[in-house]
Amino acid sequence: MSLLWLRFALACYFIGLVYAFVALSRTSELFSRVALHAASLGMVFHFVSLTELFLSGHVVWASVHNGESLLAFFCMSFFMLIYVIYHTTSPGVVVFPVVFFLTFVAAVDEQPVLLTQYVSSKGWLAAHIFLIFIGYAALLVSFGASLLYLLQERRLKAKKSASLISFLPALEVIDQIGYRSLLLGFPFMTLGLLTGSVVAISTYGRLDFLDPKILLSLLMWVVYMVMVFTRWNSGWRGRRAAVLASFAFVAAIVAWAANYFSTIHRFAS
Amino acid sequence: MRFQLIGVNHKSAPLEIRERLAIPESRLPDTCRDLTAHPGIEEGMVISTCNRVEIVAHTTNGSADLRGFLHAYFHLTADELDAHLYEFRDKDAVRHLFRVASSLDSMVVGEAQILGQVKEAYATARAVGAVRSQLDQLFSRAFAVAKRVRSETAVGSSSVSIASVAVELAKKIFGTLEGKTVFIVGAGKMSELAARHLMAHGCASIFVSNRTYERAVGLAHRFNGQAIKFDDLYSSCDRADIVITSTGSPHAIFRREHGEQFLSRRKNRPMFFIDIAVPRDVAPDMAKLDGIFTYDIDDLQQAVSSHVADRRKEAELAEAIITAEVENFEARLHTLDVVPTIVSLQDHLETIRQAEIDRVRGRMGQLTPEQEIALEALTRGIINKVMHTPITTLKTAAKESEATTIVDVVRRLFNLHEKDKNENKEKTSPPDKKNEVGTRR
Repeated sequence: MSLLWLRFALACYFIGLVYAFVALSRTSELFSRVALHAASLGMVFHFVSLTELFLSGHVVWASVHNGESLLAFFCMSFFMLIYVIYHTTSPGVVVFPVVFFLTFVAAVDEQPVLLTQYVSSKGWLAAHIFLIFIGYAALLVSFGASLLYLLQERRLKAKKSASLISFLPALEVIDQIGYRSLLLGFPFMTLGLLTGSVVAISTYGRLDFLDPKILLSLLMWVVYMVMVFTRWNSGWRGRRAAVLASFAFVAAIVAWAANYFSTIHRFAS
Repeated sequence: MRFQLIGVNHKSAPLEIRERLAIPESRLPDTCRDLTAHPGIEEGMVISTCNRVEIVAHTTNGSADLRGFLHAYFHLTADELDAHLYEFRDKDAVRHLFRVASSLDSMVVGEAQILGQVKEAYATARAVGAVRSQLDQLFSRAFAVAKRVRSETAVGSSSVSIASVAVELAKKIFGTLEGKTVFIVGAGKMSELAARHLMAHGCASIFVSNRTYERAVGLAHRFNGQAIKFDDLYSSCDRADIVITSTGSPHAIFRREHGEQFLSRRKNRPMFFIDIAVPRDVAPDMAKLDGIFTYDIDDLQQAVSSHVADRRKEAELAEAIITAEVENFEARLHTLDVVPTIVSLQDHLETIRQAEIDRVRGRMGQLTPEQEIALEALTRGIINKVMHTPITTLKTAAKESEATTIVDVVRRLFNLHEKDKNENKEKTSPPDKKNEVGTRR
């Protein structure tokens, strides 16, 4: 049943996906409103799906599909939060495709893909997953914002008058969205990694720093920290911030992909 | 529909003429009263702005001497005035008014002020009783049309002056201008205007720098800002988010190295340079720096002219809306025109019928109920059959332009005019009395 709701959510997110592609070429007030409503409806279905999962008692914390679904939900929550504060749907250009992809993968089949290793400290594991996913979602939004920043900067510098009536919010607003998500995401990411370490230590007795998952996660965290620091210290934004954000984002994806190489963080069906 | 409109605008008359015709606001009520006192005018009102003076009237016979009114009122001869006047009647007058209210007849097409000015003129005329049912209908419709044009086309949405384009760009960069700082380099008229616009949109503080320090002080004083010595320009310029520069310097005064300094001192917060100097004050390679946005006079001008072109395109859409609305308005007025005629025609025949029945009763004495019913049915049937075609014709004619003629013919054939006047006198007085009683309670 939970899967069914998730598929409903997926259908709604599909509209968001279409919006993401259309918004890049032209501005339509109506369509962005439609996409917003579809996304909200999708979130309701998604929430029902997640709640049902938790209530059914079948929740498997370390299932990849449940994780993807949860991450997608956090990303959407961020998107909505931004909409509420800034009244712009433009981050959807980046958020919607990612959310759609995650939900799609999560909604495909019921085959549980589980952590191969039995974990005894369930509470820590749940905390790890929640925290790290909020961190991921914030990172995604920040990355998206830096892309939009570049886009808007280019339009302003190109001096085409059409650029004045674009779907993008003002440059400083985009910048603020990116910076605030970065700041918000950092503690979550840090705590997420710490709780992950706790889980690893309690399961394996030690932290294997040479394991690709841990190495890449650490790398991602370092890049994240550099981003926050350069921004705070010398106000890096625009191109440089975008490069860093892309770097952190790629590191995050690679860290995710490392699940397939890692010995301690491996999933199998 | 017996609307007439006469007037001058920025296209038809030079400023000297418009000045002489302009009516100050305080005198508008009196002018409206004088207008309605003029022979042939039932209702009238005056729109007087800096770009137009127009008189709109509803007349008794459709050809009131509005020119005569203007000549007498402004003490101008026909030679002085008539060449500059335009005059519209009926449908054309409606169309012109719709265009004026929708700002399609404005000097800057799409500007928003005119609608407010027309509304004020309407309110003034209404207050003195110069506007009643006919003009009331016309103007309510005109306001609705203006609203429709504004919401359905983008005719008023883009900026068409350099200063407003600058504000729009600044907003695209900074979002809100609240609390932003403006730096004027070189005290010129144009930079002052741009600064005024920016301040009006929320910019908080202003610095002024000029080679002649006294001029900087003067301008800073006017803006309640701070004057900066020209030597301190580079050391203080990074405090500004928006720099408006218009010096007469033959070389660029802001070069790439300055931009780099500013950015590092500002922690890379963006800066917006509005360069209205020729030759340019900001070196072209400044724009290559991340976070520095420079717009020179050509860029701004280009934005303005592309907006003007956009507006022209939108204005075409607006004209189509207006054409449709004029047709609608005309059709509705005609329908309203024929309804009273149909009603009074029916009343008229009913009176005849009743009178005839009474006569028959008098001659034949008491009738049986069956006979009463038969008599009723017979007379009603005849009247309905006879009336069927004229009423249908009237109703269909309402939608076409010949309505007025047919209505006139019917009214004259059945002598409805005189009757209506008598009846109206009787009808209007009693309800008034009732109202008075009602309010007293």
